[in-house]
Amino acid sequence: MSRISESFMGKKAFIGFLTAGDPSLEKTKELIMAMERAGAALIEIGIPFSDPIAEGPVIQDANIRALSAPGGCTTEQVFTMVDELKGKVTVPLVFLTYLNPVFKYGYEAFCRRCQKVGISGLIIPDLPYEERDELENIAQNYDVELISLIAPTSKERIRKIAEKARGYLYLVSSMGVTGVREEITTDLKELITEIRQVTDTPIAIGFGISSPEQAMACSSIADGVIVGSAIVKRIGEYGEQATEPVENYVISMVEACKGQA
Amino acid sequence: MKKGRYGIHGGQYIPETLMNEVNRLEEAYDFFKKDPEFNEELSGLLREYAGRPSLLYYAEKMTKDLGGAKIYLKREDLNHTGSHKINNVLGQALLAKKMGKTRVIAETGAGQHGVATATAAALLGLECEIFMGKEDTIRQALNVYRMRLLGAKVHPVESGTQTLKDAVNECMREWTRRVEDTLYVLGSVMGPHPFPMIVRDFQSVISREARQQILEKEGRLPDVVMACVGGGSNAMGMFCEFIPDKKVRLIGCEAAGRGIDTRETAATIATGTAGIFHGMKSYFCQDEFGQIAPVYSISAGLDYPGIGPEHANLHDTGRAEYVAITDEEAVEAFEYIAKTEGIIAAIESSHAIAQVRKMAPAMDKDQIIICCLSGRGDKDVAAIARYRGVDLHE
Repeated sequence: MSRISESFMGKKAFIGFLTAGDPSLEKTKELIMAMERAGAALIEIGIPFSDPIAEGPVIQDANIRALSAPGGCTTEQVFTMVDELKGKVTVPLVFLTYLNPVFKYGYEAFCRRCQKVGISGLIIPDLPYEERDELENIAQNYDVELISLIAPTSKERIRKIAEKARGYLYLVSSMGVTGVREEITTDLKELITEIRQVTDTPIAIGFGISSPEQAMACSSIADGVIVGSAIVKRIGEYGEQATEPVENYVISMVEACKGQA
Repeated sequence: MKKGRYGIHGGQYIPETLMNEVNRLEEAYDFFKKDPEFNEELSGLLREYAGRPSLLYYAEKMTKDLGGAKIYLKREDLNHTGSHKINNVLGQALLAKKMGKTRVIAETGAGQHGVATATAAALLGLECEIFMGKEDTIRQALNVYRMRLLGAKVHPVESGTQTLKDAVNECMREWTRRVEDTLYVLGSVMGPHPFPMIVRDFQSVISREARQQILEKEGRLPDVVMACVGGGSNAMGMFCEFIPDKKVRLIGCEAAGRGIDTRETAATIATGTAGIFHGMKSYFCQDEFGQIAPVYSISAGLDYPGIGPEHANLHDTGRAEYVAITDEEAVEAFEYIAKTEGIIAAIESSHAIAQVRKMAPAMDKDQIIICCLSGRGDKDVAAIARYRGVDLHE
């Protein structure tokens, strides 16, 4: 069993996302440790990209903050930062980034480095099923699980995506880009039923989730929830003082998920 | 080979939310491109509305002045809305309508593609929203008003560098919000498959006409065909039908901005490296970690950090050559063609004219160059005046 699958065992997983280097790489380390303390089952780390086309304004701004921070935030620096977390964090860590930074680093070199620093998975929003071959085998060779996304528009594609699922399935709750939403209108139950016919891979719902009520509702039908913008928004607001508010927020969200276990 | 590939370039690197929609677009396009009714309707629009065929004009004075090859200009500037952009938008807007879409969205840099899309949408009764970098909405305020006059909603894009690439980002984001009733009318031979193919096909009318026209006028094929390249739609349209004619040299003229040895450039082939962005594998201006670079050119229409995947492959295989033209060379060509031929050409097209001026004198008198004059330059007059130190605003 992979580290990622283990993190879903016996509970509803709360997955927190943050952008590396926002407001600084040092702070990112602290925030990752704080999220683990607060009960996050898995943490997604965004490697900042100049043009994150799947992100709403909150995470776009975080990418800009990270890239324009003094000293910048290169792929290399993010690897070093994760490496420095060794022995300090036990939950699985996953990278979320766009394909170009990975391509430029070199698929092989990138995945090798992921394995070395202890990254368990990779989410690439602009790598759909059709282009997955490009990276899949290389990632597998280095025990990095390439995580797939399923969207409300996936329809007849659900089956083939689910068949190839690794790690967990990232179920996109709504149309559009990332960001806090008042209400999630997609019939997620139906989507999940369809996915379940094909695979037992854990399903985590993301996009738009910010309140404990939403987390409760989503974790009652899936194996976990992913929260990004609501965390990143707090980091944007509190900057170097973000540890406490982020930790408290994650505690409340983990609590909400627990009720559904 | 995988679909939508040009050598190693191309592909479909987009979020899952859009995948079904681009597949649907591909199916619809495959069906309608063979549909006689669709083709008749489109040719009708191109003929009666856009004013095609466009002239293949013998630039006699330029030819004599440069003293070498015979120079022909493919006058896309004479099309309705003043550039080649109308060829593609009429095709895509008609396709949108046939697909049952009621709304189109588009990115624009200088505003040419935005104006053309707003025009086609007005004609065909489609709702239209244009995304334009905030910086560009200020530089091209007149075009913003023009689009609004045509009934389009214009959204100034405030993310990133607030220019063309950010407008494309925002269009993709908007499309993921609302795919059901909306078609993204992409303006160049870029983006995920099938866009590079669709846009090329709709623009290929340029070389289909030009090839026939030159055979009628000269009884032979040209020696050189050239066009300016940003994303590369007029160049792809101009090259397309000549690609099998191996003896015809194809030359794309990129925007060097202040020079390819400076950071203020948009010359993708000259200064870019392989990458994956905006749905395609191709060449991009970027740093060593794959962050897309801010680019610069005096021409807002060439101010894009990438190039269409088919061009990337034509470069790889050596079938086409790409040269870089600086702001200064383009502005000189802009002034030159105005004085010599009485044509105010777009600053984009002036990049290709600059290359004609470099090459023609060294060629034989019986050789032929066809240069695509992709658009008219009325939109650029104020900017050129300012470049020359004349304080003129629209």
